[in-house]
This record gives sequence, C-alpha cells and structure tokens, in this order.
Amino acid sequence: MMDGKLTSQPDSAQQASGGCGLDRRDFLGTGVAAVATALTGCGTLSKEEFLQHNFQELSKEEVLSVIARLEKEYKAKYGRDVKVGTTPAMPGVIFGYALDLSRCIGCRRCVHACVKENNQSRSPEVQWIRVLELDKEEGVNLQHAEHYYNPDEVPREGHFYMPVQCQQCKKPPCVKVCPVGATWREKDGITVVDYNWCIGCRYCMAACPYGARHFNWGEPNLPPDQVNPDTHYLGNRPRPKGVVEKCTFCVQRTRKGLYPACVEICPTGSRKFGNLLDKESEIRYVLENKRVFKLKEELNTQPNFFYFYGV
Amino acid sequence: MLRNFRRFITDTVQIVTHGSRYYYAWVGFLLLLIAVGSWAYIGQLNEGLIVTRMRDQVSWGFYIGNFTFLVGVAAAAIMLVIPAYIYDWEPIKEITILGEMLAISALVMCLGFVMVDIGRPDRFWHIMPFVGRLNWPQSMLAWDVLVLNAYLVLNYFVVTYLLYCAYTERHYVKKLVTPLVLLSIPMAVSIHTVTAYLYNGLGARPFWNSAILAPRFLASAFCSGPAILLILLQVLRKTTKLSIKDEAIFKIAELMAYTMGFNLFLTAAESFKELYSGTEHVVYFQYLLFGLKGHNTLVPYAWASILFGFVAFILFLVPKFRTNWKLLNLGCVLIYASVYIEKGMGLIIPGLTPDALGEIYVYTPSFTEIAVAAGIFAIGFLVFTLMLKAAVPMMLGEFTISRGRKATEAPPASDPIQA
Repeated sequence: MMDGKLTSQPDSAQQASGGCGLDRRDFLGTGVAAVATALTGCGTLSKEEFLQHNFQELSKEEVLSVIARLEKEYKAKYGRDVKVGTTPAMPGVIFGYALDLSRCIGCRRCVHACVKENNQSRSPEVQWIRVLELDKEEGVNLQHAEHYYNPDEVPREGHFYMPVQCQQCKKPPCVKVCPVGATWREKDGITVVDYNWCIGCRYCMAACPYGARHFNWGEPNLPPDQVNPDTHYLGNRPRPKGVVEKCTFCVQRTRKGLYPACVEICPTGSRKFGNLLDKESEIRYVLENKRVFKLKEELNTQPNFFYFYGV
Repeated sequence: MLRNFRRFITDTVQIVTHGSRYYYAWVGFLLLLIAVGSWAYIGQLNEGLIVTRMRDQVSWGFYIGNFTFLVGVAAAAIMLVIPAYIYDWEPIKEITILGEMLAISALVMCLGFVMVDIGRPDRFWHIMPFVGRLNWPQSMLAWDVLVLNAYLVLNYFVVTYLLYCAYTERHYVKKLVTPLVLLSIPMAVSIHTVTAYLYNGLGARPFWNSAILAPRFLASAFCSGPAILLILLQVLRKTTKLSIKDEAIFKIAELMAYTMGFNLFLTAAESFKELYSGTEHVVYFQYLLFGLKGHNTLVPYAWASILFGFVAFILFLVPKFRTNWKLLNLGCVLIYASVYIEKGMGLIIPGLTPDALGEIYVYTPSFTEIAVAAGIFAIGFLVFTLMLKAAVPMMLGEFTISRGRKATEAPPASDPIQA
C-alpha cells in the first residue's frame, strides 16, 4: 500500500527517525502512542512498531507482517530492496569457532569485513571484532593489550594478536541480566538480540566479560550504497538508534551453510568455524588435535569460541 | 468519605499554590532548572545518548551513579522508622513522616535517572509486569523495578493516609499503619540490597563482584540519608511551628556515628583485600585511588571522599562535637559529599574502567548529562517542597477540614428584614 509515497526521498527528519514508518495514515492519535512518539524523539513511530511484541512470542502471521513492515521501512529509508530473513536454527547444529593465535597477524581485515557484512553504523563506526595487540613476553594479559595499534606493517616485532568478538557462551551472562528478555541463546548456540524489543538499558554490556556488545549511541549512519541487502531479523538488518547489537556468527550466512564473513576474509586461515555436533567438521578437528583454551575461563561463561596455538 | 477526599485534594492544591515570596522564588528556581533539564533531555532524545560521554567502554555513567546514590537516600528513611516504632521512641516518631516524604522524592529521582539513561524510553512498557516481558526472577534489574515501585507505592500510601487523617481530624487506624510502617523496614533494606546485587552479580566486573557490596551500600546509605534529614529538621524548626526536640536530632546523629564507623570499616576491609593480595583485580582500585597509566581523573575525588568520611565520623562520634550545631552541620555536609562520591561516580566508573578488555576510557559527564541530572534533582526537590508545604500545616493541625480557612468563606451578611 502507498508504494508511490514510500519511495519518496526521505528528508533529514525522517532519516533521523531510524526505521519508523512513513505512512501517516497508520498513526494513532492515542495518548500512549503520542507519548511514546515524543519519547523516541524521532517524530514518527507507527502504531504497529510501538505495539510489536517480543520476537519469540510472535505467531507466524505476526512474523510475516513484521517482516513486511520492516522491508517497507528499509525500502523507504535506503531506496533499496532489503530482504529480512527469519531462517531458524538448523536441527543438529551448534556452531563453534576456533582462532589460531599463532597465525593471526593482526591485519584487521576481519574487523572491516564484519562491518561491511553486518550493516553496522559507519560513523561512528561500530565494530563487533576488537583485535588486541599483546606483548609476547606477557602472553594473554589484557591489561597489556594495545587496542589502537597502527604500525606501517603488521605483525609488529615482539607482539602477537588476539581478535575478540562475541564468544557465544553456553552460559551467557548478558542473557541472564536482560530485564525484558530482548536477548537469548538460539538452539544453534547463537546469542541474538531483538532490536525491536531492546530498551537500551545496557545492562548486558556491563555483564559481558568480552566487550562484545555494542550500543547505538547515535542514529546509525549507514549510507544506502553500502547496505548489505541480504539480512536476518536477528542478525544484520539495519538497527535503530538506542539499542544494543553484537556478533551473531553472521547468522544470515551460517544458517544457509556459508562461513561467517570474518572466516572467509582471513588471509592467514587463522579462523576456523563449523558444527560442533558434526564429528567430521574442521572445528572438531581443531578440538581433537590442538590444545585449546577459552578466554576468561574462570568466569564459567563456557564459550563456544576457542583459542589455540596452531604451530 | 469520597467528598472529603476530594476536598483534601483541592485544599492541598490550594496550599501548594499559595505561599510567601521566598516560596515562589524557590519553586520558580526549581521550575527553571527543570526547564533547562527538559531542554537538554529533548536534545538527547533527538540525537541519542551520543550527547553523553558514555561509550561502549564505560556504558553507564553519571545517570546511573546518581540513581545508585539516591536509592540509598530512599532506603535511609528507615533509619528513623526503626527506633521510632521498634523502640517506641516518641521524639522521633513525629518526624518519621518526613523521612517517608524524603524517600518518595528520592524514588521519583531514581526512576527519573533510569528513564533518562535508557536508549528507548518509548519502549518503557516492555519492562512492565504482565503487559511487557519482565525477565523475572533472572534479571536483577527486573527485581529492582518491582521493589522500587512497591516501595514508592507503600511510602506514598502511608504519607497520604497519615495526612488525610490529620486533615479530617481523625486519629489514624493504628492497626493499619503500624504493620505498613514495619513492612517498610525490610522493603527499604531490600531496595538497596537489590540495587547492590545489580552490580554485585556481574562476574565480568571484579570491582563490583564483592560479597560486601550490599552491606557497604546499606552502611553508606544510613549515613547520607539521615544527613539530609538532620539539616532539614533544623530548617523546619526555624521556619515553621513544627517542634522537633534537640533530643531527637542528637539521637539520630548518634545512630549515624555507628553506621559511619561501620561504613569506614567495610571500605577498609574491601581496600585491604584488593590492595594487599594485589591480584589482577587490583587495577580498578588503582584507577580509583592512584590512577592508572597516567589517567587519574578520579583520584582527587576518591581521596576527598575518604577524608570527608573520616572527619565526619569523628565529628559525629564525639558527643561534644555532635551536640555543637555548627560542627554537626559541617559533619552532615561532609558525609553527604563523601557518600555521593563513593556511591556515585566512585562506584560506577572504576567498575567499568579499565573495561572488559583492559582499555582505559576516561569518562567525565557531558554538559547534557549535568543539565539533565540537574533537572531531575530539581523535580525531586520540587516534589519534596510541595509535599512539605502541604504536610506541615496538616501535621500541626493548623490546616484541617474545619480549620485554617480565610474569613472570606463566611456567608455574606444578610440585609435586615424589611417589615
């Protein structure tokens, strides 16, 4: 409905509204919705968006209508067809990740491939992977980590590199603390966020021992020509401001049998990914033949993300 | 009954909208601050929380620091209730209602600080029980929402009921009030314990993940909350006919001395454990007390807090000092400042610095954060001022359903009857 209107150039105010519906006839004049609209500070908030319930509680029909609404909103905002998938976890799959610390050279190609794939805000740029430069003499000691290393060439003499992203814990503290159940662990072991349910309290960020959760402090700035149109509701679809986001092991790709973007881009083959339940998988090979460790094991978060020294 | 209650409401409105020049000036000043705060908050709504200086590394800041401090102030109302009701100590009993009004104002500010801190205030209904999806009993924040609101309702009901009884010149029903007031004691403990557990339960943050965090919260709350009341009681004695005995004030001061000593002891115990064992967890204490890698923003505040706390303790401990009004008031200001630093920024910032991956992001509040906070404090002060304005004449029996009215309400004189 109203397609002609929706493709019109979004003005700056509408751009700042972050995925709010544009069809004025959809708006309710009810008091609650009006107050809520004022609170978003964006001036536009459709009744459907305001009243949308937690993704886990939606019926199939409701999911379809939510997806249709989101795709319409993205079309209006970016002028492109963005597909929002809802592919569920595959049965018999739990994703695991292993990272070879002796191979990683700290080039940060994974960081940028991730940003491109997952539609993060470009300015300020949100990065889901943080590569730490560590002293060889100190080993894995985070208090000696250099976050903003920028030499002409990597690896630097006397250093090694440790990329950190969501560890997809079996006992995720972030999920436990969320006051509204806006984040949960899926059956394939991926912790996801419902960006339409998150209230932005950032308790999960305080709870995460890996700095893996990121907040949209301002309106995400995603230029239309840089949008990755192949998205997942629980993954890389464009986010509104004021909500938390995180690495999902590229749920939009991995549930279709593709590697995460960071695995695919890595020039040194440091990144291994696969199904922990499949005995023939590369991840199981690593677990069987290398000695692995988990970051901050003592916190008992039980990550499905393993580090190892391959050589 | 209903008609009386309606009159109670309209009369209350009548009282709070009429006052002296000073009253208008004070209320006007608060309204001005609220306007500034609202203006800053509208800016924050439009731009997002990016107008604060919080970032992914330090994801909570000034707002949550103030929230935590004020939960303590709200909890401290019981400081007066315990001796008043358990020991049936009359001199304090009369002023318990003031403590409860203070609790209400503090809670209003607490909820305000939470509201301005969340990224999507338009989704507030998600956190409402039954309507939304409250992650209870897992999330400590869900617990906090429940206990804070319950405590607010409880105090609000007791205060309103007591004033309504005074207004209608009836004695309150003791069987109703006493259990509620007694209930408010564990409730007050619970709001502060749950708020402490909010931080305490995070294994990712060693600075907070300490078993004595909740006891420390309670001990420091019982210092700062009554400090406000002690000053307030003196002001009320001077400006109204409310008679508050010296005895009551000194008794509260004495109780405060014990909690202050206990608070210092707990702080020392925590510091000893961290500094002496010197494990990797010591970095947060180092950041707070000595600075880390050349970053020492918090250091002067941390030491000021310790110094103020210690001096205030001495002032309250020695009877000769605490019965000297000047020294007593100095002690109140010092302990208030000490706890404000310790429980506000001194708790939140070193909890998050260095961050989970060892990065040091130096946080200081932005102008927006300070303006919004000033607005919320002004709302709290306004709520307290208005409640006080109506409550004092009712408590004194100066203004009731039958008394305190102006003569203009007399019927017009009738003309003599013409024969």
